[in-house]
Amino acid sequence: MKKILLVFLFVILAFGTLLAACGQADEEEGQAGTPADTQDTTDEETGDDTDGEADAGDFNVKMVTDVGGVDDKSFNESAWEGLQQFGQDHGVEVDYIQSSDASDYAPNLNRLARDNTSLSFAIGFLMADDIYSVADQHQDKQFAIVDVVIEDEDGNTVPNIANITFAEHQGSFLVGVIAGLQTETNHVGFIGGVEGFLIKKFENGFKAGVKAVNPDAQISVQYAQDFNDASRGQSIANTLYSNGADVIYHAAGGTGNGLFTEAINRARNGENVWVIGVDKDQAEEGAWDGGNVTLSSMIKRVDQAVYQVSEMTMNGNFPGGEILEFGLDDEGVGIAPTTDNVTQESLDAVEEWKQKILNGEITVPQTDEEYEEYLASL
Amino acid sequence: MKKIKPILLKVMTFLKSLLIKLAIPLLSIFFGFFAGAIIMLVSGNNPITGYAALFDGVFGDIYYFGETLRMMTPLIFSGIAVAFAFRTGLLNIGVEGQLIVGWLASVAVGVMFDLPFVIHLPLALLAGAVAGGLWGFIPGILKARLHVHEVIVTIMMNYVALHVSNHFIRNYMLASGQRTEFIPATASLSSDFLRGLTDFSRLHWGFLLAIFACVVMWFLLWKTRKGYELRAVGYNPNASSYAGMNVKTNIVLSMVVSGGFAGLGGAMEGLGTYGYAQILSSFTNLGFDGIAVALLGASTSIGIFLSAFLFGGLKIGAANMQASANVAPELVEIVIALIIFFVASSYLIRWVLNRLQSNREGK
Repeated sequence: MKKILLVFLFVILAFGTLLAACGQADEEEGQAGTPADTQDTTDEETGDDTDGEADAGDFNVKMVTDVGGVDDKSFNESAWEGLQQFGQDHGVEVDYIQSSDASDYAPNLNRLARDNTSLSFAIGFLMADDIYSVADQHQDKQFAIVDVVIEDEDGNTVPNIANITFAEHQGSFLVGVIAGLQTETNHVGFIGGVEGFLIKKFENGFKAGVKAVNPDAQISVQYAQDFNDASRGQSIANTLYSNGADVIYHAAGGTGNGLFTEAINRARNGENVWVIGVDKDQAEEGAWDGGNVTLSSMIKRVDQAVYQVSEMTMNGNFPGGEILEFGLDDEGVGIAPTTDNVTQESLDAVEEWKQKILNGEITVPQTDEEYEEYLASL
Repeated sequence: MKKIKPILLKVMTFLKSLLIKLAIPLLSIFFGFFAGAIIMLVSGNNPITGYAALFDGVFGDIYYFGETLRMMTPLIFSGIAVAFAFRTGLLNIGVEGQLIVGWLASVAVGVMFDLPFVIHLPLALLAGAVAGGLWGFIPGILKARLHVHEVIVTIMMNYVALHVSNHFIRNYMLASGQRTEFIPATASLSSDFLRGLTDFSRLHWGFLLAIFACVVMWFLLWKTRKGYELRAVGYNPNASSYAGMNVKTNIVLSMVVSGGFAGLGGAMEGLGTYGYAQILSSFTNLGFDGIAVALLGASTSIGIFLSAFLFGGLKIGAANMQASANVAPELVEIVIALIIFFVASSYLIRWVLNRLQSNREGK
């Protein structure tokens, strides 16, 4: 009798421990994944460490992730890296709360406000409605949201919310240029997360970039309608590659991880396929024992934006009610630093088109209508 | 004095039988938490601070308590939906989908019509129930007429529900980004009184409706003739058929009522918590959690209410565990999963209890 109980308990515990161990490994990996430059700054920092802490006082910055969590290898992770960096540089307390589904957003944001957090970040446009009501209930607290502009009924911004947006269409245009030049089958693909204004910016910017350098290229677009479903991402990638696309760009968060899996599988079988990553430099995700399937990545410096807004707030210049757009000019978006698979010709073209965007020669389309106009103007 | 003794004895035997009934769920919960504590120890957290934070995250502040009650509202409905079908011998895995269509339908009625409160809100709730019921009718009729297994059909119907409602929202009802317009106050369940009581939590009148639904379920199943038939079909369809009951009609009816409860659960989210319907990037999991709620609650009204409170509390408290004790929120999912695991293996617990008892009697 006792033996059976013991065996039973043992099985449960072994199973649980295994799960716990998996979780931990993930966490460590996430932390190890932070860029090497954090290392450099810690050295400098030790000198004026006490100084920084004294300056900071009770200042603290925290963020609420969307359902992707801080190890989504893209958006949330990038924000958390920026926040950690900021915490290290200034000796400030930083933390995050993970949301396990959409109904968690409001209580999580509320929790930060109640804990007297100096600045609370909501990572992702999915939290738009929740941050609006929470900020309304806590008018003395400071909030910031990434990727969306919060407006009240009259279309005015809210004084205690800073709105951080990016010119994703410009960055996507540049990776579109690379895709257009380096496709061999003359067919490229795009995988979107959930269809909506934001992801349309990626799609249209990308398509415009491809058409700018390769007007004959065929572009296939498919939406997963999910930001967090890698297996769906993989099956879409499978379809697109099978239909002849050889470069696929994704703006699909965790769903995009399936694209990498599919591309690596195909690369192992000797196929020549490429992935263009999103939000952060995804070269790491594309590495396999025989090479790397990541052609380039459209980086969106969420970390930079989070860092800068935190710094402004710490210095007493909280940009509440303002709309901050991080674009090509302040390096808020661009192509990834890893360019091993990009040809010199493409890099030159990227530079050339970047200048054209910066000095206003072309306007990168954001919506479907603008894209139609853009195509007509080519 | 002499008179009191037999009464006392009766009370004692009643308590004893109650205790045995409660033993399995309580032991399962205990084992679940116990295993969770060991996992915390292994992963380098202090289980006492962890669970203290969990407890504090539910009872520590009236706001979170309100959020817990808000969280358990749809769980009660989905739990009832699962239990109702289960009593008729049907496994309704499609609560998730029925809940999603109920959510959309109730919000659609809320947004499209302009009616006075007394008509608008009941109409919106009814729309949710009807949509959910319709979604339950399809697997019901397929099961009754063609013997297609309801588990398969309901699972498939979940996906259909998810993508069809996303399609409708995206193409016909989209207001900003991911969601429809807010429903007007005449169709809303939200209550300033309850909000004020709980310091701006999203607790809404739906909570009272959920309690009422528990009573309705109990009444339907145990106090009506139809309820007796439904349960009889669940126990033994052949015998019921022999006794002159129409098994097919009862199967369909059970699925429709079950779907109706699930649809109301969706209406709670649409008319109460959110005030809109949104493009769902994945399942809400409320329907799937309903299976767990029904299982732990042994498909009884009071059990469903209590286990919905447990799961709602675990989900809301998890954020505090993470914030103040640094325990990963996934741990709560593991604890929930283990509780379910132990409930599902209740045979083992019962066997152990029996052995213990016979050992004692043997001595």
